[in-house]
Amino acid sequence: MTGPVRHLLSIADLDRDSIEQILDLTESFAEVGERNIPKVPALRGKTIAWLFYEDSTRTRLSFETAAKRLSADTMNFSVSTSSVKKGESLRDTVSTIEAMGVDGVVVRHSAAGAPNRIAEWVDAAVVNAGDGWNQHPTQSLLDLYTARSHLGDLDGRHMLIVGDIKHSRVARSNVSAFTEMGADVTLVAPRTLLPADIDHWPVEVTHDLDSVIESADICYLLRMQLERQELAYVPTLREFHTEWGLDPRRADLLPEHALIMHPGPMNRGVEIDGSVADRPNALMTQQVANGVAVRMAVLYLLLGSGLDLVDERLAAA
Amino acid sequence: MSTTLAIRGGIVVDSTGTRRADVVVDSRGSIVAVGAEMEADESLDASGCVVSPGLVDLHVHLRQPGHEEAETVETGARGAALGGFTAILAMPNTTPTVDTAAMVNEVIGLGRGTACDVHTAGAITVGRDGETLSPMAEMVRAGVRVFTDDGTGVQDVRLMRTALEYADSLSYLSGGRPIVLAQHCEVSALSKGGHMHEGRWSSSLGIPGQPAEAEELMVMRDIALARLTGARIHFQHLSTARSVAMVRSAKQAGLLVTAEATTHHFTLTDETCASYDPVFKVHPPLRTDEDIVAVKQGLADGTIDAVATDHAPHTSEDKERTFADAPSGMLGLETAFALANTELDLPIEEVLALMSWRPAAIAGLDPVHGGPIVAGGAANLAVIDPGATWTISADHMASRSTNTPYVGRVVRGKVRHTILRGLPVVVDGEARM
Repeated sequence: MTGPVRHLLSIADLDRDSIEQILDLTESFAEVGERNIPKVPALRGKTIAWLFYEDSTRTRLSFETAAKRLSADTMNFSVSTSSVKKGESLRDTVSTIEAMGVDGVVVRHSAAGAPNRIAEWVDAAVVNAGDGWNQHPTQSLLDLYTARSHLGDLDGRHMLIVGDIKHSRVARSNVSAFTEMGADVTLVAPRTLLPADIDHWPVEVTHDLDSVIESADICYLLRMQLERQELAYVPTLREFHTEWGLDPRRADLLPEHALIMHPGPMNRGVEIDGSVADRPNALMTQQVANGVAVRMAVLYLLLGSGLDLVDERLAAA
Repeated sequence: MSTTLAIRGGIVVDSTGTRRADVVVDSRGSIVAVGAEMEADESLDASGCVVSPGLVDLHVHLRQPGHEEAETVETGARGAALGGFTAILAMPNTTPTVDTAAMVNEVIGLGRGTACDVHTAGAITVGRDGETLSPMAEMVRAGVRVFTDDGTGVQDVRLMRTALEYADSLSYLSGGRPIVLAQHCEVSALSKGGHMHEGRWSSSLGIPGQPAEAEELMVMRDIALARLTGARIHFQHLSTARSVAMVRSAKQAGLLVTAEATTHHFTLTDETCASYDPVFKVHPPLRTDEDIVAVKQGLADGTIDAVATDHAPHTSEDKERTFADAPSGMLGLETAFALANTELDLPIEEVLALMSWRPAAIAGLDPVHGGPIVAGGAANLAVIDPGATWTISADHMASRSTNTPYVGRVVRGKVRHTILRGLPVVVDGEARM
């Protein structure tokens, strides 16, 4: 994100140095969140539009909170996928929004690459808030931030990503993000939930969660998308839970320092046992809290005055 | 009163060989003489050019009726003429579907007076629903020689068998010309939801993929049906290495199978989808480098009989969507010869065989199209400068749409003139009608 990066479309666009800069900046913004009045004027006069083609209360609230803490104006262009399929092309929709004069567009879309297309058509900065199975870069940044705050340097740390990898933008983003930061990533899933031809991915793959659980520094669980059950990627959710769920027995096998993470919303009793989700090393609430600070950092970097001014601005605020 | 036109200074190439000769045609549609220093009312310069039977495209989507905003029969025919084609076979997936003699007559009527000879395929099933056989006999009576549900394959194997046996019975209505079923090979249960080739690129791009096997399973199945029924099957737009290999061995076994490959399936790979630009979205999807090698090999050794375009116009609005939401298809008519000539590494005689006389024979259009250039033959000709290089641009195409994936590509081989029924419909690269 140093230099002329105008959009945040994919975590793979960021190298290790850029990621570290964002995480360092996140730390400053996390501090803002702890103040009595958690607000800085950094983006005063800037307008950000939410363009959510897919429902997402959590991510949108997180971005919205981040924008408000930066004093940006926001507007919501909520589009249901069905209304789009009826008529207006993506390009027309985006042009309409840009005509209203926005500085940033935060996009969530069910189709991979939608933010890339939009970035070709607008001058505003585009932030990918999740596109299909492809990318969810701010989720990865908040996951990195959360993991780093507990484990320090992620170099050589072993991360398991468990569950529905195939349909998960979080998995694709996090493979890039965590390997870029030096972690060793192992994907754990039955083949029906793994993408095809991933020999070239910088990961290990296993179907046997028990074989790797004891060596994990991070056990990252993905949401089983219950709406996909019609296609029967696993025979039953009960069987999925037995084989790939983090139950108390497996959670006990994790090293003591190991972190349990999940992008939410959780299906208790499916990918994670209810009691495990409430253990002290389960960081889901922290992930959500850090999400606001990370998104403040991203919005600030893309819409604000740039990295070099961060310290002054924050000091002045 | 007829007038005569001499095409002077070119090299004549047809299925009988290659020789230097002038060709004189008359405006009633016949070749009147082939030789040297003959008189004619007018002449066209063909120096440096090859004079060939007009090109024949077995696979175009003209969008009329139903989607005239993307293409009409007239604009599609003009693009075809600019591409050197004198005959094109329209696919029946219009709105409504071409599944009756009335619809066949509608499309043929729209093609009259255009810059190209427009034929249409009929649908195998009513509304291309894959469930009920369409009235094939009445469509054969109306001139149809090829049936297809293109855009989708016939999923029901029993229905496909019935269609093959029924169609095979109808050549008494076509003067003995064979009736061909052309299959878009895709097992939809396996391809469903996929927007590009399933493989390393789809996995890293997060775009749902469809495996090569979705095509291959139906190629395999239909080869079995060709054996069972003894009927003719034409495989449309073969795109995978294993499909080519299966067709090769089916031919060696003596089955009556033919095949086409599109220009994009030997030119572009799935890597292009990394742009997320739906101009690269097509069905079957763009495959891998290995598949391109196999398709080229199949074209070189005769396994694949024809180069087709699968010309599929879509409006800018329709392509200004996400990869998942945009429709499949790309333009092809005006770039096909140049791409084949540039990419295939074959002598021009072979390229022309793949684009003229072999497809003409498959669709029952010979010798009016693709026939030898001799006195008394039909005057449907393409005059092509094989050495001319040019840069592809979407700006000057005749199509109503601009969805060409080749913008900026430098290619070799340019159509200079196209002669349809003795009349110059393209002169010096410009359409006359």
